[in-house]
Amino acid sequence: MATNSALMGFVHRRRRGAELFLLILALLVGVGAYAAVGLGVDGEVPTNLIGYGGWLTLLVVAAHVAVRRVAPYADPVLLPVVAALNGLGLAIIHRLDLARETGLASQQLTWMTLGVVLFIGTLVVLPDHRLLARFTYTSGLAAIALLILPMLPVLGTEINGARIWISVGPFSFQPGEIAKLLLVVTFAGYLVVHRDALALAGRRVLFLDLPRGRDLGPILMMWVVSLGILILQRDLGSSLLFFGLFLVMLYVATERPGWIVVGGLMFFSGAAVAVKIFSHVQNRVDIWLDPFADPSGSGYQLVQALYGFAWGGLIGRGLGEGMPERVPYAESDFILAAIGEELGLTAVMAVLLLYGLVVERALRAALISRDGFGKLVATGLAAVFALQIFVVIGGVTRLIPLTGLTTPFLSYGGSSLVANWVIIAILLRISDQARRPVPDLNEQQDDPDEQQTQIVKVVPS
Amino acid sequence: MNKPIRAVSIFCMFLFLALMANVTFLQFWRADEYNTDPKNSRVAAAAFSRERGLILVGEDPIARSEPVDDQYKYLRVYPGKQLYAPVTGYLQLGSQTGIERSQNEVLSGEDPRLFVNRLVDLLKGDTNQGGNVLLTLDPAAQRAAYTALRDTVGPEGEGAVVAIEPKTGRILAMVSFPSYDPNKLASHDRETREKAYDTLDGNKRQPLLNRAIQTRLFPGSTFKVVTAAAAIENGVYDADDDVPAGATWQAPGTSGSQNVIDNEGRAGCNPAKISFSAAMENSCNTAFAKMAVEVGPEKLREQAEKFGFNSDYLLDLGPQARSVFPEEVVDTIDDVQQDPRELNDAETARSGFGQFSVQSTPLQMAMVVSAIANRGALMRPYLVDEVQTATFDVLETTEPETLRDAISPQTADQLTDLLVATVDDGTASPAAIDGVSVAGKTGTAQRGVEGKAPYGWFVSFAPADDAQVAVAVMIQEAPGKEIAGGQLGGPIAKAVMEAVLNK
Repeated sequence: MATNSALMGFVHRRRRGAELFLLILALLVGVGAYAAVGLGVDGEVPTNLIGYGGWLTLLVVAAHVAVRRVAPYADPVLLPVVAALNGLGLAIIHRLDLARETGLASQQLTWMTLGVVLFIGTLVVLPDHRLLARFTYTSGLAAIALLILPMLPVLGTEINGARIWISVGPFSFQPGEIAKLLLVVTFAGYLVVHRDALALAGRRVLFLDLPRGRDLGPILMMWVVSLGILILQRDLGSSLLFFGLFLVMLYVATERPGWIVVGGLMFFSGAAVAVKIFSHVQNRVDIWLDPFADPSGSGYQLVQALYGFAWGGLIGRGLGEGMPERVPYAESDFILAAIGEELGLTAVMAVLLLYGLVVERALRAALISRDGFGKLVATGLAAVFALQIFVVIGGVTRLIPLTGLTTPFLSYGGSSLVANWVIIAILLRISDQARRPVPDLNEQQDDPDEQQTQIVKVVPS
Repeated sequence: MNKPIRAVSIFCMFLFLALMANVTFLQFWRADEYNTDPKNSRVAAAAFSRERGLILVGEDPIARSEPVDDQYKYLRVYPGKQLYAPVTGYLQLGSQTGIERSQNEVLSGEDPRLFVNRLVDLLKGDTNQGGNVLLTLDPAAQRAAYTALRDTVGPEGEGAVVAIEPKTGRILAMVSFPSYDPNKLASHDRETREKAYDTLDGNKRQPLLNRAIQTRLFPGSTFKVVTAAAAIENGVYDADDDVPAGATWQAPGTSGSQNVIDNEGRAGCNPAKISFSAAMENSCNTAFAKMAVEVGPEKLREQAEKFGFNSDYLLDLGPQARSVFPEEVVDTIDDVQQDPRELNDAETARSGFGQFSVQSTPLQMAMVVSAIANRGALMRPYLVDEVQTATFDVLETTEPETLRDAISPQTADQLTDLLVATVDDGTASPAAIDGVSVAGKTGTAQRGVEGKAPYGWFVSFAPADDAQVAVAVMIQEAPGKEIAGGQLGGPIAKAVMEAVLNK
């Protein structure tokens, strides 16, 4: 077993009461924003506020009770943070619904319900995250299958130039969102086994330990997969996300920065070539460099988003007082522009801090986790979350070229929302395991059932 | 593995810091730049959904914002319709014309003079309301001008009327015909709006044109007033002198019948020498052609420029066509442009009675007579009398501004006498008003196109000794009517003057 950060004798408190209190605050954000949207747009509190607020409360309470029952030591901050983000996202989508006369918010609420059900299900079905290590290769295959699905002729659907969707009947689904979770499991399972081989062998060039040529196999494969996604699916964001995730996990597993140097060089050279060869990538870069070159054509979306952010200023126009519907896809990729316009820099900062908290809490779980697999999964999930935030928010605020990714928990989109709720469930499970008192230390007085030694198939590490 | 996890944490922290720094830059430092970008449709839409101030004439609004239940909240309504359309212009999302455009800052509430009111509105939680603009227009004069012009030129006619208060430069009437209904152009319904615009824009009679300031034509005989002013001002002749005339005159240095200047049959011009007032009364082309040549092109141009030719002066409304007295002539020989040269005598002679390359807007001719009426002092014409808050508190009143002394008071007195005689005993008699001394001059300008009716002009002011109003009437088209002398323009000018004087 890997190094263990838990101090002997120190016992983490459960902090479920704190979680409940934070959840009430999160509900205030969600329901309050929903009421404010009604007041701002129609001048009256929405008629279904009780029903809506009740349903949201029910979901949150169900999640909380589940955590209390099956993961009592889990991190108390994660669930309230994502509940607040999800509630805010629903309110903003409802705001855009009112402007455009669409009905996406109720669909999103359905997806959130499914997300919470799967969140609870994951916690219940997965008493120990190390069970996931059994599915290292299965989930790897599943991930690749999911990534290939959109390219199949009947199932795959091209939306806005990116072929990352599959359609079954009335449902469309973005398999990449699930794939990123499966890939984290795969990478963690693989790396935790092969980390020594990858870490120890190699030669030193200057002050960097570069890996052996033969160990480059997996990284080469991942590179090919990433570029494949970029080229075949025209999805710059997912490509960057998967490869970045792999590099971070490789680095954490091997503790060798050389991997990052090698991988980073490979990615950027690949991306540079892609920019040269593929017009859609070139377009994105051109829009990023000068969105105002064609403000009513290719640059329209980004220019409108920038105007929206500026229009919001420090404190925003107020819900219902701005014109966020001017930004195409404001309910999905560009939802932060809508938040920036109507709630201002203040709310954008708050949202970024909430995301930062999710990443921080996930990495904290990784630090205190007692097993290598858990550390790698938690780090991987934190990295995938941080990278996704950076890529999408950096894109809509013109920090980096725009790539199509959803904003976790805020954006409209079922696959993303459901996948993210499952990710949070796994993170809670890891932190629950990490914060749980070591069973064979001194006996605790409360609830002897909790103290039963659980039989877990130990993963070699 | 904790060491790299910590490194990853720090890396993630930098990612978030970069995002925060960038979004702060965007929403704080760059916000002003984006929020004032004219291409930013949010700015236009926000201004469009605000309660704009009134455009007032007297106590009546000729443009106001009415609350409506659509995304823009307020609809701009123009109760004045065709009567005031050339002045008010119209408001559309992201664009305006007329006073709506020139006074946009006040009307939309963005003017710095409204800052305190904006602050109070903000504190009271009221929505920001635009300020009002009170125009100088005299509703009676405006209506009289429009009705008289429309009835005179007929439904297919075209023309314009401008009336100025000579002592101040206040524009009392500004009418252009045909006009349009701005309400349709300000409609929030895109189809209505675009259809209305396409129809108006495609109309050959150009109803969207404000002919009073945007159409410049040969001023014809009304320009003789300027020639006379130049002659008197430069000491070439006095109003009491006799001036050379004649039935015809072959312009110096020319040959052929097309260069023979005649008087279109006015026999009073036939003697070789006639009195200055007879020349004015009979509108003798030969007399003013000879006078212009004697004064010379440079002096004539200087006089025209003192009256406002070759310059812009109207600040309250745009775009304004610049009236022209040619500075030089550029000949083209075998498609090669020659060096510019001064006007030759033949050209100067024709300029002397408002032909050749002299072109004037109706407003310019109104200013010429207005300066004479004001004893030589040319006032800047203006349309905006007051800027008010939404609650009608006066923020600023326009002070009359003397542009320059176009002629001396003595010259003005002499010209007034000549023009009064022209109304009393001459071609301008249709403008005579019982019991009021009226000064006036007719004009009939050849278009230079064979077989087409001439333009009709009429300029006048009254009372001659203490002028309250100066008028210029321009008739561009009056199908089926004889455009000559004062028959058409005179009664229109008279109606406007009476409307102002009867107040």
